[in-house]
Amino acid sequence: MKSTTNCKIIEILNLSDEQLAELSRKNVLSLSLAEMKAVLDYFKKLKRNPTDVEMETIAQTWSEHCKHKTLTGIIEYTEEEESGKKTKRTYNNLLKETIFKATVELNKEWCLSVFEDNAGVIDFDSKNGVAFKVETHNHPSALEPYGGSATGIGGVIRDILGVGLGAKPLANTDVFCFGDPNTKASKVPEGMHHPKRIAKGVVSGVRDYGNRMGIPTVNGAVCFDEGYMANPLVYCGTMGIIPKNKIEKKVNSGDLILVAGGRTGRDGIHGATFSSVELDTESDVSAVQIGNPIVEKKVLDTMLKARDLNLYRAVTDCGAGGLSSAIGELGEKTGAVVYLDKVPLKYDGLYPWEIWISEAQERMVFAVPPENKKKIVEIFKKENVEAVFVGEFTNDGKLILVYNGDVVTSMDMSFLHGGIPKPTRPAVCKTKEEKVQKPVKMNSSEILEVLKASLADLNVCSKEWIIRQYDHEVQGQTIIKPLQGNSIEVSGPGDAAVVLPYTVVKGTKKGVVLSNGLNPQYGKINTYKMAASAIEESLRNAVAVGADIEKISVLDNFCWGDPNKPEILGSLVRAANACYDMSKAFGVPFISGKDSLNNEYSIGGKKYSIPPALLISAMGVIENVANTVTMPLKNKGNKIFVLGITRNEFGGSVLAKIKNIKTGVVPDVYPEESKVLMKKIYQAINKNFVESCHDCSEGGIAIAISEMAFASGKGVNINIDAVEVEIKNPLTVAEILFSESNGRFIVEVKPENEATFMEILNGSVFAEVGYVSDETKIVFESKKTKIMVQEQLEVLLNAWQNTIDW
Amino acid sequence: MKKIKVLILRTAGTNCDYETQAAFELCGAVVDCVHINTLIERKDKIFEYDILAFPGGFSYGDDIASGKILANEVKNKLGDEVREIALSGKPIIGICNGFQVLVKMGLLPDPKLFEQISTLSYNDSDKFECRWVYLKTEKKVKNESSCIWTKNLPDIISLPIAHGEGKFIPGDKKLLDILNKNNQIVFRYSAKDGSDPGYPLAPNGSVEQIAGICNTKGNVFGLMPHPERYVFALQHPAKEGFDGKYGCGRIIFQNAVNFVKWS
Repeated sequence: MKSTTNCKIIEILNLSDEQLAELSRKNVLSLSLAEMKAVLDYFKKLKRNPTDVEMETIAQTWSEHCKHKTLTGIIEYTEEEESGKKTKRTYNNLLKETIFKATVELNKEWCLSVFEDNAGVIDFDSKNGVAFKVETHNHPSALEPYGGSATGIGGVIRDILGVGLGAKPLANTDVFCFGDPNTKASKVPEGMHHPKRIAKGVVSGVRDYGNRMGIPTVNGAVCFDEGYMANPLVYCGTMGIIPKNKIEKKVNSGDLILVAGGRTGRDGIHGATFSSVELDTESDVSAVQIGNPIVEKKVLDTMLKARDLNLYRAVTDCGAGGLSSAIGELGEKTGAVVYLDKVPLKYDGLYPWEIWISEAQERMVFAVPPENKKKIVEIFKKENVEAVFVGEFTNDGKLILVYNGDVVTSMDMSFLHGGIPKPTRPAVCKTKEEKVQKPVKMNSSEILEVLKASLADLNVCSKEWIIRQYDHEVQGQTIIKPLQGNSIEVSGPGDAAVVLPYTVVKGTKKGVVLSNGLNPQYGKINTYKMAASAIEESLRNAVAVGADIEKISVLDNFCWGDPNKPEILGSLVRAANACYDMSKAFGVPFISGKDSLNNEYSIGGKKYSIPPALLISAMGVIENVANTVTMPLKNKGNKIFVLGITRNEFGGSVLAKIKNIKTGVVPDVYPEESKVLMKKIYQAINKNFVESCHDCSEGGIAIAISEMAFASGKGVNINIDAVEVEIKNPLTVAEILFSESNGRFIVEVKPENEATFMEILNGSVFAEVGYVSDETKIVFESKKTKIMVQEQLEVLLNAWQNTIDW
Repeated sequence: MKKIKVLILRTAGTNCDYETQAAFELCGAVVDCVHINTLIERKDKIFEYDILAFPGGFSYGDDIASGKILANEVKNKLGDEVREIALSGKPIIGICNGFQVLVKMGLLPDPKLFEQISTLSYNDSDKFECRWVYLKTEKKVKNESSCIWTKNLPDIISLPIAHGEGKFIPGDKKLLDILNKNNQIVFRYSAKDGSDPGYPLAPNGSVEQIAGICNTKGNVFGLMPHPERYVFALQHPAKEGFDGKYGCGRIIFQNAVNFVKWS
């Protein structure tokens, strides 16, 4: 191997440790010293220096983004209580010992593909499975909000196209964390975009890509917190449907490598490795990819045709790491030879290493049996999709890259995929006892003020401005919609979306429910409870529309700071433990997940970490979409129930924020109580004994009931004294109204169904608290304390709607 | 009995083809979704069909202006054939992006003229919006219009819209008068009680709240709302429907299928 004008030999054989580290830093390789030394050892054995193509290939294959080396590495964890008591545990592979372990132990027969492909797949009906994947695109969205989020959604759609032999996308989800949009311009760190500019750009990017792909965006959430100012979080998810006989992929030696879709350019160079570096004023915008949804739509249209004609044996998408990652993964067991000069380029002048690792968008890689060579290209050509053979899968276990006749890479696949040294990281978590706050005493008018302020709070208020910009109805299958009203003029926030895939599965009654749970506020105090709460919230949301908890699966998406800091890693370990515990307790398996670490930015040389965020996305299958409910109240005279126990839990709550309360217990999860309750709710909804149902979360009972009322234009009379509360830590009226305890639902029942409904719920904690009135106002009353809070629906609706009206 | 055959024209960026197909199939038709390249290769194939549909989506990304590139492509490469079908009286529908295509190639409002004399421009709200709206068919239009697509509908129906460029603007006042006189304005955005709506029930600022128009003969029909997204009651936000089961959108497709069946 020799240096050419296109390919340089990188001198590493004689470098010192410092020089190796410097080389990694200078070239954005994001490799640790231990990893650089492993590379050095490998090339010492080969008795030569690596080429730049080889170094780049190793760097992206071993990147945190592609390998998840922190979660799969060795972690020495210490939990330290206030008393000084320490508990130690070593994880050889955190992921395998927590999240994945729960899935293995639960061993659900309806899980068809978990943690091995581009997405998790569960059983839909006898012939089809449904696949779900959620990805993050945080760093690109910080630098270039529009392009970053557009390619975020474009990328996760390709994950669904690249699961098995390809699924048809049915729905998108999006969840964002932004800084406070009302931040003064002078407070925005130098070189960073204003949070409002980031929010608007991100929404536009998802809108333009998702809408053009013809995939409805049906579920999402937005969280605002100043901790995300310079490092927003952009989670994009896609759900798709796939025939069960297309879930397996297998590459054979001799299969040809076909690249179809977009051309390769210089955009997105170092995307995979750049995601492991903290953001600062020097961050390079060329690391952001450029998206073109119409190219991807053409790939979608044509590849599903080729799939149904069985013209290829395997497919995967070009995501992080580009061709290097895609071909590297497909050819891991066989080996591959690739002629880089055959890859179609957007423009001349790319170096071979750039062609190989470019993250240019809208590209899929196929393993095509030679006999189908002509047929498959014909299908793509017919609809103006460029498809070019660039090499073949071999049988020698080697990765060989050739450029203009020169071999520029020759490495063992086994080294590339297995040669990465396992890092050992210390992790520490100092737990603190959470204390109940001083009783929050408020009179009627103070309660009303807090109610209105809560409704207007950025994390509670209407996200209609965002939701309406997304086509959430395209494909005609969105049965339970993100905004729900009793007529088309009013709308409240739905708990979950239900998609009926009738255009794909003719005559089906089955639906797919999608929901999410996220609450970084809790994580600032206790990441275990944050994770547990997020899991329960996602389940409650799904159950509230009529899902059966026995048929729900979840995805995890960790967004955390720098894992080299023991306390940050410790908080992650704690959250992962909650995932295991809750998954087991609820009997809900994780089917896929992703982590995005190093969400840090530096201002004036000082580094800041984001508040850790665990997004839980739930997907379940509903037997009959006709047996689902929405959250607006339906008819006057109907009874209103609060299900579950209201506890004194205010840590990280909306009330704590508004009233600036620094103490308080973070809402805990009681899976034994909750799971039983969820099963009963499913039974009641499925038998049509429930008129409306709403999850109780941020802002508590007062917010949930208000939302149900103004989404219907119907008033309510609520007796606060009737709510079932815990005895241990008594609650004031205000606390009953605003506590954020998990495990609670608000349910509306017709008087004639009341007896049966109560029979179904027998054994669980619940209370009838009021009724739907024929007035247009909300009344919360406590006779015991002579508190009476009342307000017109329109006033509350306006408070909820006016915060985000950009 | 002979099956009614529907051609749904697809191209890069078409994305409402599946549900439009499903809607026609529910009404007993046989549907082919055909890529425009295939059709250009074999132009005569287009005459094998009884109904022609231009579905929603973002044809060619709506670059330049919504529907413009596909409109030019159809006009330049299949113009004679499409015009012939329109003049022959076979039903043609353009939904959302398909409506934009029909208007921009000039098949609506006057296929004889076959020139663009009106347009669909950016919403007054200056953003893409997805929501349900009410549509009204005026008494006079209901009684006198020759539109084959909108027969038997209740006076006021609801359908979802999802567009960024839906503001209908006729070329001049004279054209607006003609459209009114000939009962070609079959759908207007409306409030629930039939009165004039304000934003957002008037979602885009269309002149005289125009949501859908047809040619004088009544066989060529274009509208911004999506009837194919409301063929079951379940698809309605409040699960409303007629016969407890179906959505109003279904009547529109059934009308065309019945028209062919009985003509």
